[in-house]
Amino acid sequence: MTDVTVLDEIEQDGKSTQEVLLNLGPQHPSTHGVLRLVLEMEGEYVARVDPHIGYLHRGTEKLAEDFTYTQIIPLTDRLDYLCPPSTNQAFVLAVERLLDIEAPERAQYIRVMMTELSRISGHLLIAGALPMDVGAMTVLLYTMREREMVLDLLEMICGARMHTSFCRVGGVREDLPEGFAERVREFCEIFPQRISDYERLVARNRVFLQRTKGIAVITPEDAIDLGLSGPNLRASGVDWDIRRDCPYEIYDRLDFNVIVREGGDCYDRWQCRIDEMRESTRIIEQCMRDMPQGPFQTDDPKVAFPVDKALLSCSMETQINHFELSAYGFKVPAGEIYSCVEAPKGELGFYIISDGSEKPFRMKVRAPSFVNLQALQGASNMDYLADVVAMLGSLDPVLAEVDK
Amino acid sequence: MESFLAIGLIVGKLAVVIAILLILPIPLTWIERKIAGHIQQRLGPMRVGWHGLLQPLADGIKLLFKEDHIPVEADRFLFTLAPIIALVPPFLVFVAIPIGDSITLFGTEITLYLADMNVGLLYILAVAGIEVYGVILAGWASNSKYAVLGSLRTCAQMISYEIPMGFSVIGVVMLAQSMSLLDIVESQAGLWNIVTQPLGFFVFFVSGLAEAQRIPFDLPEAEGDLGAGYHTEYSGMRFSFFMISEYLIVVFLSALMVLLFFGGWHGIAMIPLPPVVWFLLKLSFFIWMFMWLRFTFPRYRYDQLMSIGWKVLLPLSLANILISGVFML
Repeated sequence: MTDVTVLDEIEQDGKSTQEVLLNLGPQHPSTHGVLRLVLEMEGEYVARVDPHIGYLHRGTEKLAEDFTYTQIIPLTDRLDYLCPPSTNQAFVLAVERLLDIEAPERAQYIRVMMTELSRISGHLLIAGALPMDVGAMTVLLYTMREREMVLDLLEMICGARMHTSFCRVGGVREDLPEGFAERVREFCEIFPQRISDYERLVARNRVFLQRTKGIAVITPEDAIDLGLSGPNLRASGVDWDIRRDCPYEIYDRLDFNVIVREGGDCYDRWQCRIDEMRESTRIIEQCMRDMPQGPFQTDDPKVAFPVDKALLSCSMETQINHFELSAYGFKVPAGEIYSCVEAPKGELGFYIISDGSEKPFRMKVRAPSFVNLQALQGASNMDYLADVVAMLGSLDPVLAEVDK
Repeated sequence: MESFLAIGLIVGKLAVVIAILLILPIPLTWIERKIAGHIQQRLGPMRVGWHGLLQPLADGIKLLFKEDHIPVEADRFLFTLAPIIALVPPFLVFVAIPIGDSITLFGTEITLYLADMNVGLLYILAVAGIEVYGVILAGWASNSKYAVLGSLRTCAQMISYEIPMGFSVIGVVMLAQSMSLLDIVESQAGLWNIVTQPLGFFVFFVSGLAEAQRIPFDLPEAEGDLGAGYHTEYSGMRFSFFMISEYLIVVFLSALMVLLFFGGWHGIAMIPLPPVVWFLLKLSFFIWMFMWLRFTFPRYRYDQLMSIGWKVLLPLSLANILISGVFML
């Protein structure tokens, strides 16, 4: 940790002034959680930003070593709690690659659709939170209205609004409920107009543009050096999206654009997410259109419960298998894997070392928010206290994911 | 006997004005929250009373019973004094604000103002300027960095915006040839000043927003970066003093806009309404304007605020004086 207590004394006209240390957070309306920023201030100017993290550390990685693979899925919900389906998906994919199995097609479509729904729900929050950080409170309540619709859809699928835990190794927990397709279609019809509403409300507002355009610029080179990913990287003009460049699941069959913007400032990071929501809506529509009928989970009895629940009451073998899977979990062959997905916040990777038992020997999470947070120190034209707040808002970190 | 009646009348009017001003923030908070709610796709307060009408009372009770906390490191004397300094000037200002000409009740002519000063406008601007001391002292006495930053911003903001505000009304004074608000309103009997002084009104309105510390100029209490700004450390009734003061400033600025630019109690001849009703209607419109803006705009940054004040509003207000002068010649 850098030493921040030594402050420069500035001599001017015989009067000596001192920089002020300002503690922004961990309780502060615009730190989006429990981030603590130690700022060295010269009046309104910010000389240095020093982020301190760890207030929400729950030891997810260590806990995972004592949990079976299925038990870890709810833990991953609590990483990026705005979009759990994509963290579930990232973890499950890593395990599936270790096991060398693949989920049935229908399950993959369901996963991708849920991930895109959650991408919308995560982006909606930031679409409203950045304007709120610069003072416009109203936008957040509009985006929350649509986020409510997304959460209702997720609730319809799995009963939970936030912590869905819907993915399973080798598939998903259940099939889609009846009447779901109509609800999604309804949402996909309404939503693009609503996105245009946000743009009308904010993107043509001169005060908002003055507060975000050209503020906290990250150059493409810096963005790559800092290890940024996701919308924050693409807003700086780097054309990189894991969904397109190393496709997983069914993304290679889908038609969508990767949004790239040139400016690398707060406004571009905001606009990038707004445009991504449009693309996500298109992906959801395609998923619902192309989704085949079929099983929603693999029939491999080593990892999955029997699809036909009636077997449980008549087949002894199935019953024993069900018991063992519930009580002890399934074994994963020894080896190690790094597998990553394009989560709403960026590249979310799981690095898992298996020693052949039911529990991972070590699990490491590459959390995009954690890496993206570094950009706080790499951005230029971030001179004022209010700019730091705008920058933090546009980076969109989720502190649960940063602290793990 | 005559003089007794006159004194009684003045005391009576004083009591009425103070009572109204003390009660006014109660419906205003409700109205503001309702406006906010409807702008933001929600209902606003609905639980306490019919459509939440009693919500301000519940808030008042809550504020009364809140712990009155003074930080250990704070300067106790100034910390206690600051809310009072912030609260008193908005009351004093209303001495010079007329809401109508005069009415006749029970054979006695009652004037609808407390005092008609020949320097009324100057008095109002001067007294309103005192309010900022309360804010600065509050920030300073709290001994908290957020509060100090908030009051530093207030200092700079008030100095920058009181100048264009003062200049913007000079055009009006030139037209009326008087600083008395009664004379200014009388001079608009035929034509409202907004027609001849649109630029002056624009400058006055924008600096008024800054003066009232409302969005987009609410930097002293910018929630996004300063938590709550100068009143971070205040709680309970002391905190509510600042709130009451803020609402009263909104009312008084709206009243000034009506009096200076929108013809005061002169209505449109086609619609016959009593003068006082005309005045109150226009007043409500401007109060609504303030609230409407608050929930539609983001906030400017400190340096942007400064450059608007000095580079845009000040030259504009000077140009307004020049143009008015040329036309009067």
